[in-house]
Amino acid sequence: MTNTEQYKVRKEPYYQPQGNEVWLYEAAYAARLPVMVKGPTGCGKSRFVEHMAWKLNKPLITVACNEDMTASDLVGRYLLDAQGTRWLDGPLTTAARIGAICYLDEIVEARQDTTVVIHPLTDHRRTLPLDKKGELIEAHPDFQLVISYNPGYQSLLKELKQSTKQRFTAFDFDYPEAGVEAEILSKETGMDQAISAKLVKIGAAARNLKGHGLEEGISTRLLVYAATLIRGGVPARDACRMALVRPITDDADIRETLDHAIDAVFA
Amino acid sequence: MAIPAELQIYWALLDCRFPRVKPVFADCLSYALATLSKEGVAAYIESARFLGKMGRGAEPILIFLEEWPAVAKTLGESTLPAVMDLVHSMGKSPNGRAITPFLQWLPAISRKLTSSEQLSDFLAITLDLMERTTGSIHGIHQTFPSPGLPDFFKQAPALLGQLSLKGLKNWVDYGVRYYHDHPDRQVDFFRLQSADSQAVLQRERNGTLLVNNERKLDMYLRGLWQDEDRLIPYSGAFDELRQPIPYYDKLGIRLPDVYSDAHGITGIDRYRAALAHIAAHRRWTTAIFADNLSPFQRMATEFLEDSRVEYLAMREYPGLRRIFMALHPIPAEDACDPELESGVRHRLTMLSRAVLDQKHPYHNPHVVEFAERFHTLMRESNMSTPEMADLAVSFVAKTRRQSDQLAKTHFKDTVVDYRDDNRQIWKFIEQGDEENAFEEQRKTKPTEELSSLPPRHYHEWDYHTHGYRPDWVSVHEALHPVGNAADIDRLLAKHAALAKRLKKMLDLLKPQDKVRIRFQEEGSELDLDIALRSLIDYKSGATPDPRINMSHRTDGRNIAVMILLDLSESLNEKAAGCDQTVLELSQEAVSLLAWAIEKLGDPFAIAGFHSNTRHDVRFLHIKGYSEHWGDEVKARLAAMEASFSTRMGAAMRHAAHYLEKQQADKKLMLILTDGEPADIDSKDGRLLIEDAHQAVKELDQQGIYCYCINLDPGADEYVADIFGKQYSIIDRIESLPEKLPQLFISLTK
Repeated sequence: MTNTEQYKVRKEPYYQPQGNEVWLYEAAYAARLPVMVKGPTGCGKSRFVEHMAWKLNKPLITVACNEDMTASDLVGRYLLDAQGTRWLDGPLTTAARIGAICYLDEIVEARQDTTVVIHPLTDHRRTLPLDKKGELIEAHPDFQLVISYNPGYQSLLKELKQSTKQRFTAFDFDYPEAGVEAEILSKETGMDQAISAKLVKIGAAARNLKGHGLEEGISTRLLVYAATLIRGGVPARDACRMALVRPITDDADIRETLDHAIDAVFA
Repeated sequence: MAIPAELQIYWALLDCRFPRVKPVFADCLSYALATLSKEGVAAYIESARFLGKMGRGAEPILIFLEEWPAVAKTLGESTLPAVMDLVHSMGKSPNGRAITPFLQWLPAISRKLTSSEQLSDFLAITLDLMERTTGSIHGIHQTFPSPGLPDFFKQAPALLGQLSLKGLKNWVDYGVRYYHDHPDRQVDFFRLQSADSQAVLQRERNGTLLVNNERKLDMYLRGLWQDEDRLIPYSGAFDELRQPIPYYDKLGIRLPDVYSDAHGITGIDRYRAALAHIAAHRRWTTAIFADNLSPFQRMATEFLEDSRVEYLAMREYPGLRRIFMALHPIPAEDACDPELESGVRHRLTMLSRAVLDQKHPYHNPHVVEFAERFHTLMRESNMSTPEMADLAVSFVAKTRRQSDQLAKTHFKDTVVDYRDDNRQIWKFIEQGDEENAFEEQRKTKPTEELSSLPPRHYHEWDYHTHGYRPDWVSVHEALHPVGNAADIDRLLAKHAALAKRLKKMLDLLKPQDKVRIRFQEEGSELDLDIALRSLIDYKSGATPDPRINMSHRTDGRNIAVMILLDLSESLNEKAAGCDQTVLELSQEAVSLLAWAIEKLGDPFAIAGFHSNTRHDVRFLHIKGYSEHWGDEVKARLAAMEASFSTRMGAAMRHAAHYLEKQQADKKLMLILTDGEPADIDSKDGRLLIEDAHQAVKELDQQGIYCYCINLDPGADEYVADIFGKQYSIIDRIESLPEKLPQLFISLTK
């Protein structure tokens, strides 16, 4: 039998609510409605799901989706062993059996034919047919499906099908307000409030450039990295260049503008 | 006027009989005696004597007598021999006419040069210019004066204000090179009247150009100030006395076209300072009524409002302080004598400095008091423009002096050059009675609707200078005229057998969307055949093959193609060894190719080009990306005609600008030509070849793969220079219809 305990979130992950999303999620879970979390990268989507799993005291199985992922990576496959073939459950099947929250991260990265396998789990049927094995799994009463994706990709190919979209309730996430974001940085890293506010200001400058050569602004996650580096004794400017500017762009003009923003803020 | 007795000896040495020289001699000489050394004076008289005897009238000697002492004072007496050498060589050549302008502008030129070494560099440039532009008929004797030389001297002071000597040399070089045999254009160039003269000047300028940094500054404005507007450059080059100041209005933000580094601040940071100041105004300033304030009160309000928005900007971005501090002038407290000149600007600049800089050096009680009052107010709130006006009014009232009304105003160190002209602070109850008030009613003429596309300009590479000639070629584009589509169908029918063979090859090429990859250790599915075989191996004791899975891979074609046809005159010739013209064969070949590509489903376009000098490169669209290979396209292809010459580089650049917009993994430009690039206005054969080569390199950087199909059997000499290895030469032209589609297929397999 699968060890359910290993999927439990043991320590409370820090999460700063930005609105009533915690309460809304609890309501969705109570009805076992599938949930979709949208938002730019590094704004706290995964952290939110982790936090909710901890709060509800349910196991959490996370799958990072990618282009090469196939349906059998989710559902399971036959493997060979000494007696012949042996069936191995995929993460989705495991979650459906043990009643975990199954979190498919960056679902749009997966190919469209892959995402279709989640359909029967996300409507009134709550079943998962394993056609290769000839088994029909009834989802555990605690099972819930959560997906996340980043609508910022300006690609025609990276779009969820309507038939997939319309099976979920959705939360729209964005980078938090300046004050809240500074508080998050301070709580997360123990950085003092003034420097956190400065980091947030640099982040805001980069977010204004989105669509002008930047695909995404500086995420909260990167700001946390920068704060961590500064806490570790790295001079603020170096930390910002390393954690905030260099990762997000190779465009010399943007880099120079952001470097200037750093100098202007940390004078 | 008689010459004093002690100066008579010099007068005798000068030995000059021009009646206009005598009256001014005494004054000039006394100034020379005061500034020059004894030997210097002797050389001065000697040189003047030479100029007087040269036979070019009284002008040269008069100007020299008047101007030399001033030049010697700035650059030193030791420079005289070099100057006189140049005068000698001008006198010996047909350029004697240029001596007067040279001497006339020498003082102004010398003020722009800082050392005698720089002067000798300048003289060398001048000599070079003179020698290369002085014309000769039979190669030995120079007989025509340099057309551009006199005008060059006139422009030199202004040019030196903006260019380094190296830049000046490049500018002169350019003019000499391209207008060597065109006297009228040469004159226009050296008068700074022709467009490319100004363009080259712009390129050679010192400092940071706005055009090169527009994107950076635009991002600065968006990123740090959440503001956006058009950035419009104005030139400070042609207005020495009234330098324009940055400003903004509803059309955009005006900034100088160039900022050089100053006070340890880089040009780009100076732009940022100007933008930050303007952005701060746009964010925090509210316009107030000007009618109730006196001019001094308005000026004071502007200064204090500037200080206020900068204070708020620095609160937002503390790093701005370093730039503002470095750029803001520090007028010396005692620089202005209030008895003799109006010190309003001086006092206000001191106040502005004191507000900016806590460690200011001033003791003036009013300045100190108001700077403190300013800071106390700002600590409480953001304040507002009207509150600043109140503060300004009381400052003016406290510090008023009788002398403020004097016409002579103290200006030194009172111009803060990154600040805008503050026109947006004010609004007026009454329309003013200023003289330009009537301008508003002027109606603009309705502009004519454009019937054709405006020409596009492209740079052309010049291998001599290793630089681009700015906006050198004009490309006019149009739809190709229409002919009879049935002709093309007939051509295709003629090649029906070939088409059948091609079709087989095409079918093999057609994308198979999913491809199975077998023998994978990790894969999406179990490959049953192999799994069973492994199992049997395992059971029978042999080592099983672990690669029992399979996976899938998508395999699509994603190529965008541009077919560029050379439509120059030479295509009308009969192809060697057959009775068709090259044009007809190209037509057949392109039709077949187009048919083949359409079958494959790759997006493609067809265009033709020919040129008649750089001003008229024709780019004719035969098929666009959005069109299909139908009757309309065939009709255009049927009407193909050949004329004029082959300016390949510009046509490739223009074609690339369409191909670039296509979304495809691979971009291919096929160029079908029958000869080397050439044009009637280009005497140097290498030039257009090198330009085309440069165009290939540019396109390569844009991710466009160029491939040339050359029909010229003698193409080996040049085609590799242009296309490297990316070409094929088709020797038997009659095989072109067969070869071309095959070439394409093998290129894209």
